[in-house]
Amino acid sequence: MHDFELVKPASVAEAVAALAAEGAQALSGGQTLLPSMKQRLAAPDRLVSLLDIPEMRGVCHGDRGLAVGGATPHAVVAREAAARYPALAALAGQIGDPAVRSRGTIGGSLANNDPAACYPAAALASGATIVTDRREIAADDYFQGLFTTALDEGEIITTVHFPIPERACYMKFEQPASRFALVGVFVAKYADGVRVAVTGAGEDGVFRWTDAEDALTADFRPEALQGLVVDADGLIGDLHGTPAYRANLIAVLTKRAVAAA
Amino acid sequence: MKVTMTVNGKAMSAETEGRTLLSSFLREGLGLTGTHVGCDTTQCGACTVHVDGQPVKSCTVLAQDVAGKTVTTIEGMANPDGSLSVIQQAFQDNHGLQCGFCTPGMVMASAALLAENPHPTEDEVRHHLKGNICRCTGYHNIVKAVMSASGATSQKLAAE
Repeated sequence: MHDFELVKPASVAEAVAALAAEGAQALSGGQTLLPSMKQRLAAPDRLVSLLDIPEMRGVCHGDRGLAVGGATPHAVVAREAAARYPALAALAGQIGDPAVRSRGTIGGSLANNDPAACYPAAALASGATIVTDRREIAADDYFQGLFTTALDEGEIITTVHFPIPERACYMKFEQPASRFALVGVFVAKYADGVRVAVTGAGEDGVFRWTDAEDALTADFRPEALQGLVVDADGLIGDLHGTPAYRANLIAVLTKRAVAAA
Repeated sequence: MKVTMTVNGKAMSAETEGRTLLSSFLREGLGLTGTHVGCDTTQCGACTVHVDGQPVKSCTVLAQDVAGKTVTTIEGMANPDGSLSVIQQAFQDNHGLQCGFCTPGMVMASAALLAENPHPTEDEVRHHLKGNICRCTGYHNIVKAVMSASGATSQKLAAE
């Protein structure tokens, strides 16, 4: 990869200042960015490491649910969210492999918004709030297409607030080589309704399956989904699966998630 | 920029660029060539080392990003008298290696698992090692070695 300058700020304010420079990019766990840079798909002049900013690390519980620091690695979420939000912890514990989970972070995953990443499904299904250095963004407004989010240039995810559901489950059907989700479905039941978010399948990235949400809000049982079909139009087709195959997987995984929630 | 970190218990330094990977720092900067680079794309796990006790793929970590931290490599795994550690001995006893290229990463990944979960099930071992690729053994003897290192008595493995 091309050489660059690595900057290691100790606070969010320092990181924002360091990112203002031309050609600067944020580096979190680097499990996507560094391989991309090796392939010369990205060549920033300066990387601003977010991993040693104490205010961006860790999981805590407050009146807004679970607050996960933007630079918290998946392995830490898998451990520390287990008591309060087991479905979120289980999702974090299935990302990649143990070594990837030591480094990769929730903020990095949400900022990159890979169409097959796991965390976007959790954030969207939970109605999470993405807190940045300058504002708060509702998950419904945050995801804007393939690798596209509401974040501005140089904006940093500092915390993600997850309202804690009554019941929830994430079901992932792994693409066996990459271990990304071929399809992943996150179902979360709240007092005011059920939310269902689908990753790995949409041509525009993560999306909500609203027909299933309506059916499950009325009756939270797998049987409530009987007869509901997902439109294959707008779903990803590649060598791993056709749009119709993914459409079927979404329905199957949603039923399984409801049964296991 | 000169980077210093604690490697296998000793403070060690080498010159780096921003782009210097932890794997290059260890192999070329410090001469610790036990850490192998297989794929250089975060997939094979041969370069697995521990940073502050956590397993990482050293080909996908920047040396400057872990300056000052504590790193353990395969060279730090033997007992102080030079004899093999329990995990290394178990790999030898169970023929958990053939060509040996993946073995440093396998041993480091296994050590991280046993530190967190001293008595894993066979299924947990297989799950934990999914980021480490071996092209020789077919994995059965590696799983046997880890189970044996955990103190589990020899058993027929599910996949055999």
